[in-house]
Amino acid sequence: MMEEAIATYREEAGELLAELETSLLELEETPDDNELINRVFRAMHTIKGSGAMFGFDEIASFTHEVETVFDMVRNGKMAVTKRLLDLALKSRDHIIYLLSCPLGEEVDRRDGNEIIAGLRHLVPQAEMPEQGPSEVPVNCLLTALVDEPADEYTWRIRFRPAANILMCGTNPLILFNELRGLGNVHIVAQLDEIPPLDSLVGENCYIYWDIILTTTRGEDAIKDVFIFVEDDCYVKIELIDKSGLIDKEQGYKKLGDILVERGDLSPVEMQKIIMLQKRFGELLVEQGIVSSEKVHSALVEQEHVKSVRKDRSETPSVEVAASVRVPVERLYQLTNLVGEIVTVQSHLSQVSLAGGDATFIAISEEVERLTNELRDTALNICMLPIGSTFSKFRRFVRDLSSELGKEVEMETFGADTELDKTVIEKLNDPLLHIIRNSIDHGIEMPEVRMAAGKSSRGTVFLRAEHSGDSVLVSIRDDGAGLNRDLILAKAVERGLLSATADVSDKEIYAQIFTPGFSTAEKITSISGRGVGMDVVKRSIDSLRGTISVNSVRCVGTTITLKIPLTLAIIDSLLVKIGNDHFVLPLAEVEECIELTREDIKKSHGRNLANVRGAIIPYIPLRQLFNITGQCPDVEQIVIANIHGTKVGFVVDQVVGEHQAVIKSLGKMYRDVKGVSGATMLGDGTVALILDMSFLLLAVEGS
Amino acid sequence: MAKLIMSADDSASVRQMVAFTLRQNGYDVVEAVDGADALNKLNSMKVDMLLTDLNMPNLDGIGLIKGVRAGTLNRFIPIVMLTTESNDAKKAEGKAAGATGWIVKPFKPEQLIAVIKKVLG
Repeated sequence: MMEEAIATYREEAGELLAELETSLLELEETPDDNELINRVFRAMHTIKGSGAMFGFDEIASFTHEVETVFDMVRNGKMAVTKRLLDLALKSRDHIIYLLSCPLGEEVDRRDGNEIIAGLRHLVPQAEMPEQGPSEVPVNCLLTALVDEPADEYTWRIRFRPAANILMCGTNPLILFNELRGLGNVHIVAQLDEIPPLDSLVGENCYIYWDIILTTTRGEDAIKDVFIFVEDDCYVKIELIDKSGLIDKEQGYKKLGDILVERGDLSPVEMQKIIMLQKRFGELLVEQGIVSSEKVHSALVEQEHVKSVRKDRSETPSVEVAASVRVPVERLYQLTNLVGEIVTVQSHLSQVSLAGGDATFIAISEEVERLTNELRDTALNICMLPIGSTFSKFRRFVRDLSSELGKEVEMETFGADTELDKTVIEKLNDPLLHIIRNSIDHGIEMPEVRMAAGKSSRGTVFLRAEHSGDSVLVSIRDDGAGLNRDLILAKAVERGLLSATADVSDKEIYAQIFTPGFSTAEKITSISGRGVGMDVVKRSIDSLRGTISVNSVRCVGTTITLKIPLTLAIIDSLLVKIGNDHFVLPLAEVEECIELTREDIKKSHGRNLANVRGAIIPYIPLRQLFNITGQCPDVEQIVIANIHGTKVGFVVDQVVGEHQAVIKSLGKMYRDVKGVSGATMLGDGTVALILDMSFLLLAVEGS
Repeated sequence: MAKLIMSADDSASVRQMVAFTLRQNGYDVVEAVDGADALNKLNSMKVDMLLTDLNMPNLDGIGLIKGVRAGTLNRFIPIVMLTTESNDAKKAEGKAAGATGWIVKPFKPEQLIAVIKKVLG
C-alpha cells in the first residue's frame, strides 16, 4: 500500500513540478500576479508536505527553503525578480533529480546547496529567518507515552472551556473519557454560570468542570488531553497529592483550605466562617459565599484524596487483613467449645420438647439454628486448601524421577479443595508414599515407554474434589499398571487368597495393602520391602477414610482416597444396648432392619440375616461387649458397608441421628481397639464411638 | 456503524495514505480534492468528521472550516487540520475558524488514528 502511495506521490510531484514550471514562466511575464505566486507556493508546499510523509526527506528539507522564500513573496516582503525565478526554475530541476533518486540512498546535495545559498542571498537581511533547524518539524503528540513517573500523583484540574467549544467540534465528554483512561477520576460539573433561559445561547457551553485525577502518568499526559483546547480554554492543572510524599497523613486538607487554594474563597472569609463554629460547607452555602456546587466539588476532592491515601496505606496490609495467624491451640479450643455448645444445645432441645412450652421450644429452635451455623463456621475456620501439600510434592517428583532416570511430571487438579488442617497434615505421608510407588513401580523407563508407544515422559495426576461430606483424593499415573497375575500368585503363595477362588480384580489389587506384601524382585533404596501400603492404609483408616485401587495393565494405576472433611464432629447414628449408648458413624451405615427371635432361630446360630435375598453376617454387640441384662424381643440390625463388605451390628434400639462431637478417650484408653472415641449426649451421658471396620476385622479373625 | 470521515487534500498521495489508514482502522472515508469540492459535498452529506489540508486551491482549509461551521448539516463535527505549518499563527487562524485540532505533517498512520480517536471518542 505504501509503495502505491509513493508511486502516486512521484506522479503527483511530477505534475506539480510541470505546473510549477508553467507558473514560473508566466510569472516572468506578470510578476505581480498574486494568484500565480500562490500557485507556486502551494505547489512547493504540497511537494514538501507529501514528500515528508512518504520519506522523501531531502525533497522536504530542500523544498522548505524554496517555499519559505515564496511565502515572503506572497506576503509582499520580497519582490519577484529574474534571479529569483532563475533559482526557482533550478530548484524545480533539482527536485526532479531528487525525485528520481531511490528512497533512502545518498543524494548529490551540491546543486541544492548552491540554490539555497543563492536564495538566502536574495532575502533582505531583516527578513532572514532564524537559523534554526530547517527540517520539517516532527509531531509532538504521543510523546508523553514515554518517560512517565511510576509514582502515583493526584491532580486537581479546573477545566473552563471557551463558550464556543461546542462550535469547534470539541466534545468535553470525550476529553473526560480520555482522562478516565489515565487513572481514577472524579468529575464535578459547575453549573453556576448557566444564564437564565431567556439569555441562554443554545450553542454555547456554560458549564465548567472540577476534575480530581489520580494517575501514575505525568503532567504532560494530562496536558496532552487538553492539547487542542488549551489555547482558548482555561485549564489549570495542580498537583495536590503524591504517593510516598505525604502518606503519613491519613486524612486530607480541610474543606476551607481546598477552597482557599483554588481561589474560590479568601483566607479572611474562611476565618470569619470558622468563628461561627457550624458545619463549614453548609455555612458557606448559607452565607452565599461559595455555591453549593463548589463546596460539593471541594468535598469530592477531599473524599477522592482521602480514599486514594487510604487505599495506599491499606494496600501493603491487605494480606494481613485477609488472613490472621492464630495458634492452632486456640482453634482446638474454639472447636472444643463449639462441641460443648452442640452438646448442651441438644440437651436444651430435649428438655424444651419435654416441657411442651411453645415459647421455650421456639427459643430452643433458634439456639439450635445458631449453634449449627456456629459449628459450620468453626469447622470452616479449620479448613485449609490441600494445594499447599500438593506443591510440596512437585519438588519430590522432580528429585525422585531424576534419581531413577525417569521422566516424570506432576499435574494437579483441585488444589483449592479444602480439608481440615489436621487431616491435611495426616495425609502428607500417605500421599508421599503413594506417589513414590507410582514413580518407582508405575512409571516405566523412557525407552520402555517409547517402545510401548507412549510418550517418554510419564505423568502423575494428583486430584482432589469434594464428594458429599468427604473429599476424594486420587493419585493416577500413566505407567505400567499393577501386575494382576503376579499379585495373585504372591497372594496365593502367602496364603492370602485361594488359588481356586473366583476373586475380583479389586480384591486382588487390595492385597497390596496387606502388611509385608511386595512383588518387587529386588529391594531398592526407595521401595520393595513390603512396608508401605499397609501403613498407608492404616493412616487412612485412622482418618476414618477409605482407600481403593484401580489399575489397567499398560495404561496406569489410580489410587483413590476418600477422606471425611473433618475429624471434630461427625454425623452418626445413636444406638442403645441395655442402658449403654453407642454411636456408629453414619457415613458407613446403609440401613436398619429388625431382628426377631424367629429370625435368630432360622439362622441356626450362624449370625446371618436374610436381607431381601442377600445373606448378610451380623455381629451381636451385646455379646461382644459382654453387656448383661435382658435383650428385647425385637432387636435391630444396623447394616453397614465397610470397604465394600456388608455387615450388620445388632443393637437393642436405634435412637436416631446424632451430631457426635468426638472426644478422645484419653491416655489410659488410647489403645483400646474397636472404640475410636467418645461423645457426650445432651443429658451428659457418654456414648462410645464404635470403630466398625476394626470390629469387623476382629470378628473375622476369630 | 462505521464512522464516516471526509479527507480533503489536494495531494492524491496524501489522500491515498489517509484513506488507507482510516479504512484499515474501521472508518469509512469520502475524499475531496480541494476546499470547494469538500464544501460542496458537505452541503448534502452528513459526515462524522473532517480531515482537511490547509493549503488547497479553489478554497483553502481555513475557508472550508469557516464554511462548514456556517452551514447546518455538519456544523458541530470535529475538524482536524493537516498542516505542515508548525507555527502557532496558522494553528490559531485555524482554531479561530473553528478547527477542533490539528496534526502536523509528516505524521505516521498511528499518530493520525490517535488524533482521530481523541476528537471522535
